[in-house]
Amino acid sequence: MDMTFDGISLNLRGRQILDAVTGTLRQGRVTVILGANGAGKSTLLSCLAGLRHPDSGRISIGDRDINRLDRLERARMIGLLPQQGDIHWDIDVTALVSLGRMPHRGRWGMSDADHHAIQAAMAATDCTHLAKRKALRLSGGEQGRVLLARILAGEPQWLLADEPLASLDPAHQLDVLDRLKQCARTGAGVAVVLHELTHAARIADDILVLKEGRVIAYGPRDQVLTPDILANAYGVEVHIGTSPAGDMMVVPIRRIA
Amino acid sequence: MTQLRLNLLLLGALLAAMLVSLLSGKVWVPPGDWLRGDLASLIILELRLPRTILAAAIGAALGMSGAVMQGYLRNPLADPGLFGVSGSAALGAVSSLYFGYAISALLLPLFALAGAAIGMSLLAMLAGRSGSLILFTLAGMILASISGSLTSLLISLAPTPFAASEIVTWLLGALTDRSWDDVRLALPVMAAGMIALAFTARSLDALTLGEAAARSLGVDVRRLQWLVVLGVGLTVGASVAAAGIIGFVGLIVPHLVRPLAGHRPSAVLLPSALAGALLLTLADSLVRIVPSASELRLGIAMSLLGAPFFLALLFRMRRELA
Repeated sequence: MDMTFDGISLNLRGRQILDAVTGTLRQGRVTVILGANGAGKSTLLSCLAGLRHPDSGRISIGDRDINRLDRLERARMIGLLPQQGDIHWDIDVTALVSLGRMPHRGRWGMSDADHHAIQAAMAATDCTHLAKRKALRLSGGEQGRVLLARILAGEPQWLLADEPLASLDPAHQLDVLDRLKQCARTGAGVAVVLHELTHAARIADDILVLKEGRVIAYGPRDQVLTPDILANAYGVEVHIGTSPAGDMMVVPIRRIA
Repeated sequence: MTQLRLNLLLLGALLAAMLVSLLSGKVWVPPGDWLRGDLASLIILELRLPRTILAAAIGAALGMSGAVMQGYLRNPLADPGLFGVSGSAALGAVSSLYFGYAISALLLPLFALAGAAIGMSLLAMLAGRSGSLILFTLAGMILASISGSLTSLLISLAPTPFAASEIVTWLLGALTDRSWDDVRLALPVMAAGMIALAFTARSLDALTLGEAAARSLGVDVRRLQWLVVLGVGLTVGASVAAAGIIGFVGLIVPHLVRPLAGHRPSAVLLPSALAGALLLTLADSLVRIVPSASELRLGIAMSLLGAPFFLALLFRMRRELA
């Protein structure tokens, strides 16, 4: 099944945040969303999560409009990792990850499936050893992983992550990228907002590039990660190379005046 | 400490405190005489028992609504008075005094409830349908400020100094001379409010992750806002109707039980209700025991207890920041 968004536009206080944005998230694939600050990436994700209603256009999963889905059904299908990883109370890590099961849970307590999903999500994000810790006493990177575990615990079919690598160390950045990739491999449709172009190259199947609310490039990774498109999107000159192991590397070199 | 043990412990302490409350007062009535049917047992059954029940119920209502407010606003310093519901209930009550409440003893609590209801409706109308937290808080502060200034206006316009002093005394909050009539009026309203508050529990947990994440988890923020307005309005409105303004319970109690309950907002609700009941029952027993010419007002006693609490909080925060 695909999640398609067709011509979605959103105007906030006279500013056109999204302008006829069209694309498709496919299950089994990772779509990376790129663009300069203020290009509309986060707004696009919150529209896809059903948190914002675009002024026009339609977002659908299969042939169902996501804004017509029941709230809990939508919450079970679509997991959103917001940009700011807010944690407001000093709760146990396990309690925090369990919140991801909320749309699945019955009124009274959790089922075996819930517990299993929580354990699996914590193992997958290298959080199992943090289980008994308090969420606010963790480092920023540990909090980032715990919040990702919260999403994974919900086992969403569609996973939308807004800059999930912020404040992670390089090893855990790679872990999270690989984890997102693996989610796609096991059947989820994944959309990720990233700023690091080499990271984008590492996990993207498809790339959608936004500039001032408009899609300026959309397609398979190799067709989009080109010097011309990136110069247009960010106003920088990039060097595209290959690591000895064959991984694509995209490095900004200088600003184009 | 597990949740169950914490709640059982608080419940046991509350029952003990209610017993103490029944024993406190100018006249000593041993428990063996409580059901004898003479004058002394009337003191227990008709004067102290309704008062004890009201103290516990008001404490529970304020403690729980404070816990919900703090969870909803994600602010450990939020207080049920913040949204102006207690202010508008007080305004209703004060206007009944102003128009001469001698007509019926039930006039004042009914006016207070009406004031709370009007306050709640205004709050819901002002905040609109977006479910936005900032709009909601702003609307509440406007309401609190308007009702506060109108109350002051009524005091300054009071026809006689006697009426003015009666208003001021009432505003200080007390449970003196409450009867079963007050219990019958306030208790069902508080119970309804606490049921509404209990339905916020799960959404409050989800709000730990912020509004966007909570909504993506299926929380209906508009429904949540309605439940908060309704629950806080009914509990606080009925508390003010029964006892005037009693501050600090809703602020202190969730604070104190939060670390014991593991910080999860939903886990804080029941212990806050129990601990609020415990605190107010003890405080109301205390004001009856303390030797003084006229009985110390409960509202003043709570404020006196509240200040050192904040001092302790301040010192702790200073240590953590240093």
